[in-house]
Amino acid sequence: MKLTKTQYEEMTQKASPPSHLFKDCLWAFFVGGAICLLGEVLRQCYLAMGFTLTDAGTLTSSSLVALSAIATAFGWYHKLAAKAGAGTLVPITGFANAVVSPAIEFKTEGLVTGVGAKMFIIAGPVIVYGMLASVVWGVLWYLLRPLFG
Amino acid sequence: MKKGSTLFFEKRPVFIGWAAVGGKKEGEGPLGGQMDEIFEDTTMQTECWEKAETLYQKKCCEKLFSKTGSKAADVDYMFAGDLQAQCTASAYHARGLDIQYLGQYGACSTMAQSLGLAAAFCAAGFADKAMAVSSSHFCAAERQFRTPLDYGGQRTPTAQWTVTGAGACLLSRAGKGPKVQAVTFGRVKDYGVKDVNNMGAAMAPAAADTLLRYFKDSGTSPADFDAVYTGDLGAVGSKLLAELLADEGVKLENHLDCGLMIYDRETQPEVIAGGSGAGCSAAVLAADVLPKLSKGKLHRVLFMSTGALMSQVTVLQQESIPTIAHVAELTDE
Repeated sequence: MKLTKTQYEEMTQKASPPSHLFKDCLWAFFVGGAICLLGEVLRQCYLAMGFTLTDAGTLTSSSLVALSAIATAFGWYHKLAAKAGAGTLVPITGFANAVVSPAIEFKTEGLVTGVGAKMFIIAGPVIVYGMLASVVWGVLWYLLRPLFG
Repeated sequence: MKKGSTLFFEKRPVFIGWAAVGGKKEGEGPLGGQMDEIFEDTTMQTECWEKAETLYQKKCCEKLFSKTGSKAADVDYMFAGDLQAQCTASAYHARGLDIQYLGQYGACSTMAQSLGLAAAFCAAGFADKAMAVSSSHFCAAERQFRTPLDYGGQRTPTAQWTVTGAGACLLSRAGKGPKVQAVTFGRVKDYGVKDVNNMGAAMAPAAADTLLRYFKDSGTSPADFDAVYTGDLGAVGSKLLAELLADEGVKLENHLDCGLMIYDRETQPEVIAGGSGAGCSAAVLAADVLPKLSKGKLHRVLFMSTGALMSQVTVLQQESIPTIAHVAELTDE
């Protein structure tokens, strides 16, 4: 075959159906929005129960993480995510799913070498670069702050 | 006799038996009723997917032995493979058989590779009976090549679904049944596809290359066959294969892809572009192709399996996907 890689790349692009961008965006918007709405409902409930604004926020995050972990354990989260895409990935629930799913998957390899070692296989880079970004911003803010009086 | 890249067998090895098993989703597919047994519990009552796959392969071979009235001791060699790292599903199965074992890794091309080698051993007189076996398990493959099963990710429109199941066949130097006429082992081809969610596109050039070599060596064209089966090119790869062959002046109008046969994409939309995996072409061969050849519904076919030979490490290192395809010509009595 006298086909070049560039020619084949063009053929592949033509033959491969693209993602349904509009449909995917709608799913992501509504599911992601629903998760955030649930968060807001929880926050209002905690506030109504007399918690401070900071505590209500922390409790809301913790509740969403717990709910996501439970949904992951029952095998519901990935079914929703198959449709919702970024709608389930972006909220804090997606982060919980990324930690809980490998913990479940690798339990057959032991608590230390399986669950312990593999739990952060997906979320690990987010933590590493999240922390790095916060350190960089901390240094920048230290240098910039005097300029703002 | 070797001509070009193809081995033509003077003493044609005979398929004296075959068996296919599948999981729940394969049972719900169009070929579910034709498989020897469906195991709906894909854990196979074990605690991990790797053990479950070994059991699928074991159950498949037990069926093969019971259907042919033979036992492992009657078989000279077992050529077997799967998708697990270091081919463990096959090795852990073989440890209970006390059989001369040759582990095969050809990714999803494993069945045609094993079949070709088993046929060559029989034809050359190195074996009286040889087995070709191949299996895959959706869950074992997902966690090895992609992400944990419960991870919430979205599949792309070109992604394929790894078959949970196994296929096995027993070849003999003599006997009654469909025969292996010739085999062409493929060459590794890489046309720069890097998307692991578009395996069909990555493998289509390897399929085209091996088919073109076979047609040249044998002086045939697709029209000389009742059907040309490919392993798991899926919807995208099948389209590309037809285009690649058309560019070379070969019309492919009787093409069937095992990945598109094993699932119904209308009622099982989650498989997206079709089935894949080392068990895909193996199960379709044993559940559909060989029974049809033996009943005279098919007379002469090409059976090809295609494999993508990357690993998770090479993918992370931004390497493109090397691929391969092997083909065997199968005939009825």
